[in-house]
Amino acid sequence: MRLIKSVGAWFDERLQLAAPVREIMEHRVPRQTASWAYVFGSAALTVFALQIITGILLALLYVPSAGEAWNSLQILNHQVALGWFIRALHGWGSNFMVAIVLIHMLQVFLFGAYKFPRELTWIVGILLLLLTLGMAFTGQVLRFDQDAYWGLGIGASISSRIPVLGPWIVNLLLGGPIIAGPTLSRFFALHVFVIPGSLIAFVGLHVLLVLKLGINEWPMPGRIVRRATYVKEYHELTQKDGVPFVPGAIVKDMFFSGFILLALAACAVYFGPFGPSGQPDPTIIQTVPRPDYFFLWLYAVLSLLPPSMETPALLIGPVIALGVLLALPFFSGEGEKSWKRRPIAVLTILLVAVALGTFTQLAGRAPWSPVMDAWSGEPIPAIYLKGRTALERQGALVFQAKQCHNCHALGGAGGERGPELDRVAVVLTQDQLIRQVIQGGGNMPAYGKNLSPAETTALVAFLETLHPPGLAPARDSSLGVESGVRP
Amino acid sequence: MTAPDRLSRRGMFMKLSLLLNGAVGVVLAVPIIRYLLSPVIRERAPGYESWLSLGDLGQFPEGQTRIATYRSPAANPSDGETANIPCWVRRVGGAKFQVFAINCAHLGCPVRWFPQSGLFMCPCHGGAYYSDGSRASGPPERGLFEYRYKVEHGNLLIHAGEMPTTGAPVARLTKIVPLTNITIGKPPCA
Repeated sequence: MRLIKSVGAWFDERLQLAAPVREIMEHRVPRQTASWAYVFGSAALTVFALQIITGILLALLYVPSAGEAWNSLQILNHQVALGWFIRALHGWGSNFMVAIVLIHMLQVFLFGAYKFPRELTWIVGILLLLLTLGMAFTGQVLRFDQDAYWGLGIGASISSRIPVLGPWIVNLLLGGPIIAGPTLSRFFALHVFVIPGSLIAFVGLHVLLVLKLGINEWPMPGRIVRRATYVKEYHELTQKDGVPFVPGAIVKDMFFSGFILLALAACAVYFGPFGPSGQPDPTIIQTVPRPDYFFLWLYAVLSLLPPSMETPALLIGPVIALGVLLALPFFSGEGEKSWKRRPIAVLTILLVAVALGTFTQLAGRAPWSPVMDAWSGEPIPAIYLKGRTALERQGALVFQAKQCHNCHALGGAGGERGPELDRVAVVLTQDQLIRQVIQGGGNMPAYGKNLSPAETTALVAFLETLHPPGLAPARDSSLGVESGVRP
Repeated sequence: MTAPDRLSRRGMFMKLSLLLNGAVGVVLAVPIIRYLLSPVIRERAPGYESWLSLGDLGQFPEGQTRIATYRSPAANPSDGETANIPCWVRRVGGAKFQVFAINCAHLGCPVRWFPQSGLFMCPCHGGAYYSDGSRASGPPERGLFEYRYKVEHGNLLIHAGEMPTTGAPVARLTKIVPLTNITIGKPPCA
């Protein structure tokens, strides 16, 4: 014991760190901030540390080469002892980190912590969010599989729409004319050196700012932030009703971080590593690329925006969103902190959360994508064929053979790109069906060139049978007038 | 002590050292930036595009659309399979071809040809194109990207090399047809 003490004293005589560290540990924080609502920042830091460790472990075996990366991941998954577990930890760590950073940001926003004097802390936090998302995207690229390959293609296609500079930015992003070796190498450099280096620097700055300015006090309705008086009021609060950070507040941080690591490890063990999916071979086109979870909402937005709005939304949208986030502490730097007195803030959060949640949920189903194998893989329900004429059954065959099923569902199976057709005969008359099939329209291709008159007749005959038993099919009432029968 | 308007010896050295380091910074920055921009500042005059063979004409039956693959002219050994680029070859008849990029004109996903319905369909955001590459439906603003081609000594050659995006050379060949007659969200027979 005495030896440890004297060794410690020897080091401290040279480093002189004990006093400042003790000062940091014992600095007073408002008593109410020793709360479970204040644990997300430290949890994000903990997961970041885990990401660094597991990242280094993966780098021991990963080969950042377009020809070899996919194979090295297979080796990690299947041949190296517990390689799958390290990959799973790193992959789940990524999801946890994005989630915790978002929750942390939400808490900071709702508690008004971005207001005076913590504007810079918020701005650095926004940078940290962008860097975290950058890590998530570049990490997905390093998993160099089909999803990564085509995801890069989407990134390049979006970049190419930037006016004037677009094509050059694509070359810069890909490191050449196509997605290939140099592309993976530069994303490796970004994921392993550039972004983590920036993250470490900005995390340091972020924590330094928290220490210098003090943790945000628990917001009380009616306690107004004023530039002139805030710093003095905060100081008084920490003196009158404060506790030392260690051990007063840090206990909950430590408990929560431990819990998060445990939950993360449980996910890693239970669900295993992410991918890799198919080989990154562009000649394998039987693929349905999907982005990782936190980019699913973007995938939905890209599918649902009207074509004419897409490029402006893609190029201007992020600039506006980022501008609003960065400007927030300047146009809302004073006033109420409590969410109970900030209805617009709460409603904004709800709106954003509902929008992102809806888009993410939709993207899981992707109703806008044709189901590429429905025409050969999803049979027409037997009840739609039973007791039908030969012509109608021939029409069902045309329906399958011409890939109608890829976009139109029958009996709940098939694509959702177009409307489901179980009741189409109730909605459209024979003439309307023929017109729609031949001329298309309403976002449906025209099939006039690809259907013979006989095929069209058969297909329409089949479509006319698609109505519920108790409901008569639509008919053209003018036909009755023409033939002298009252409709 | 010197008067404030006079340059002291120490002050002058400070300024000189800043000037020297600034100059060294610029001297180093130029090659670094040049290195970083090397994918943009192309070494060769024609850029990344060149004439590449897709093979014998016999592989492409008249009136049909077949997939073909070429090796990227910029390929290097570490590229592995990523340098094998597929494309769709439609032989309209005789020596008349259309060679489409595999990449959807929307956001670059691989389109698939369905000969039965005569459509190219994209698995990502649901773009669809007719057999001649023109836009049929979905989010794309234009038809498929088309490569320039020529037939030489019984071989089909295309002018390719760069991933087709809206800004790439291949995209400048085809005009964007303005979106007309598209009724989104309106029932077809309203």
